Amino acid sequence: MSRIDRRFAALKAAGRTGLIPFVTAGDPAPQHTVALMHALVDVGADLIELGVPFSDPMADGPVIQHASERAIAKGVGLADVLAWVAAFRQRDADTPVVLMGYLNPVEIHGYSRFAQEAVAAGVDGVLLVDCPLEESAVLAPLKAAGLQQILLAAPTTAPERMARLCGMAEGFLYYVSFAGITGAGHLSTGDIAARVADIRARAEAPVAVGFGVRDAQSAKAIAAFADAVVIGSALVERLAGATEADDIAHRVHGFLQPIRAALDTH
Amino acid sequence: MTIPQDYHRWPDEHGRFGNYGGSYVAETLMAPLAELTEAYLRLREDPDFIAELDRDLKYYVGRPSPIYHAERLSKHVGGAQILLKREDLNHTGAHKINNTIGQALVAKRMGKPRIIAETGAGQHGVASATVAARFGLKCVVYMGAVDIERQKINVYRMKLLGAEVVPVTSGSKTLKDALNEAMRDWVTNVADTFYIIGTVAGPHPYPMMVRDFNAIVGREAREQMLEQYGRLPDVLTACVGGGSNAIGLFHAFLNDADVRIVGAEAAGEGIETGHHAASLAAGRPGVLHGNRTYVLCDDNGQITETHSVSAGLDYPGVGPEHAFLKDAGRAEYVGVTDDEALEAFHLLARTEGILAALESSHAVAQAVKLAREMPKDRLVLCNLSGRGDKDVHTIAAREGVQV
Repeated sequence: MSRIDRRFAALKAAGRTGLIPFVTAGDPAPQHTVALMHALVDVGADLIELGVPFSDPMADGPVIQHASERAIAKGVGLADVLAWVAAFRQRDADTPVVLMGYLNPVEIHGYSRFAQEAVAAGVDGVLLVDCPLEESAVLAPLKAAGLQQILLAAPTTAPERMARLCGMAEGFLYYVSFAGITGAGHLSTGDIAARVADIRARAEAPVAVGFGVRDAQSAKAIAAFADAVVIGSALVERLAGATEADDIAHRVHGFLQPIRAALDTH
Repeated sequence: MTIPQDYHRWPDEHGRFGNYGGSYVAETLMAPLAELTEAYLRLREDPDFIAELDRDLKYYVGRPSPIYHAERLSKHVGGAQILLKREDLNHTGAHKINNTIGQALVAKRMGKPRIIAETGAGQHGVASATVAARFGLKCVVYMGAVDIERQKINVYRMKLLGAEVVPVTSGSKTLKDALNEAMRDWVTNVADTFYIIGTVAGPHPYPMMVRDFNAIVGREAREQMLEQYGRLPDVLTACVGGGSNAIGLFHAFLNDADVRIVGAEAAGEGIETGHHAASLAAGRPGVLHGNRTYVLCDDNGQITETHSVSAGLDYPGVGPEHAFLKDAGRAEYVGVTDDEALEAFHLLARTEGILAALESSHAVAQAVKLAREMPKDRLVLCNLSGRGDKDVHTIAAREGVQV
């Protein structure tokens, strides 16, 4: 059983909704990325999505694009991200880490080399935004090494395709709550609830819902029908500009603590 | 003569040209792309659609464009005869309208009232704004803030045509960032919006569809060559940024094994300086903007900023079919520097009375290089993809002239 599967099994047994924060590796301060990951766990993160900076993040909104640009300007690359996960693992053997990003940095690094190094560092899964099911053959070395490929499903996903995604999902299925980019507003929870209920009935893998979750209230609304809630842009925005480890931990706590509390009382 | 393979059979049903192409996009876009592919494959066999497109190409665009024998230029060079396919004579002044007319007709038949486009030099933006006006569609054009600054005239032309021009301030603020932004708009507004991509890049079906709409250039040229000269040209050349005018000219000749094919990429200040946009000559296979192709990127996989005097060639990727043709050895891709392109611009202006676009001047420079090494009875066919009026200010500024 993978670390991701164990974590979701434990959440289910405890009757809790998972909290999955997303942060861009190297932002706001490369030297504090590992401390930031620990701070996320301290405030109740069940799984960490760590963004690999990319120059052309087509599916992301301005908040995450700017975080990527800041990290790249400081020289952050895939090798740094892997080193930070390895450092994080020295103190935390239980919290699953999923790398989220785009294909080109992995392609240029080399799929086999990446797979080996990622597993050695303690990475559990990858969510490669621009690598849909149809193009996933290139990820064979990653799967062979034991990395789980987190698949996305969207409101625009056609029914027969959704059935395929549900059948193939491993780790968890990431449901994009609306057709748009990360960090945009408005959620219609009624629509999402119906779609997620349908997916949960068909998929063995748990379902995490992301895109547009901004605060305790929206997180709590989603928690009513999802296995986990992903929070990205709103957190990245809150962290922007922090330079000291204390300040970063303080902001993480201030932002995520009410969300954690809301998830636990729904 | 044996033909090693049928180059006209690509892409396959997954949108792949050998190892290149495909659909590397977020899940949200898979459904709209499937819808577009289905609609396009149906329409391209639909006699009504074809007739409507042909009518507009003839009476609105002004096709066919002639092949012109540049006699004084050829004499000056002293080698093979240089022939120009005059895409600069199309309505709006470039080949870009071949594609925008086609895609706007697809949009109309798919019932999408709003079109969006990305643009670098502004030519595709103008061509999109033009067809939007022609068909009564709302038009939003994304353009990098840097490009807006260097192509003010085209920005104003788009506004005169009723389009909204949205400045893009992320990343390098150029064409690639405009493409990212347009893709984001499309993801958010797919229900009523059609995205007209301006080059043979992006996810499937765009590289195929944009090629098909530009392939009229080569089909016409092949017929015109046989009619006017009784034979095919010895060499074809065209400039390659994303590669739409080049694939447009090349495609009809791909199975003519005796026709040599040479693409001219922007070598900027010289490939060795790192300030260039020669993705095929100096890049490596990667994934950008929805397809696998040659890209310019660093060892971390970050797409690098490009340089060319011509905004239309300033792109760090290239259409996947060109990547395929390079690897297959069917086409060669070489670099032409800013200085060589400018020299060719002046040479063509003085010998033939034609102001070529800076993009097309790269092809003219390559045609001159090729012709110089060939006997006088050989024929070099060069795609003069656009006219240079839009570049007059850039050239004046570069040469220290106040206009």
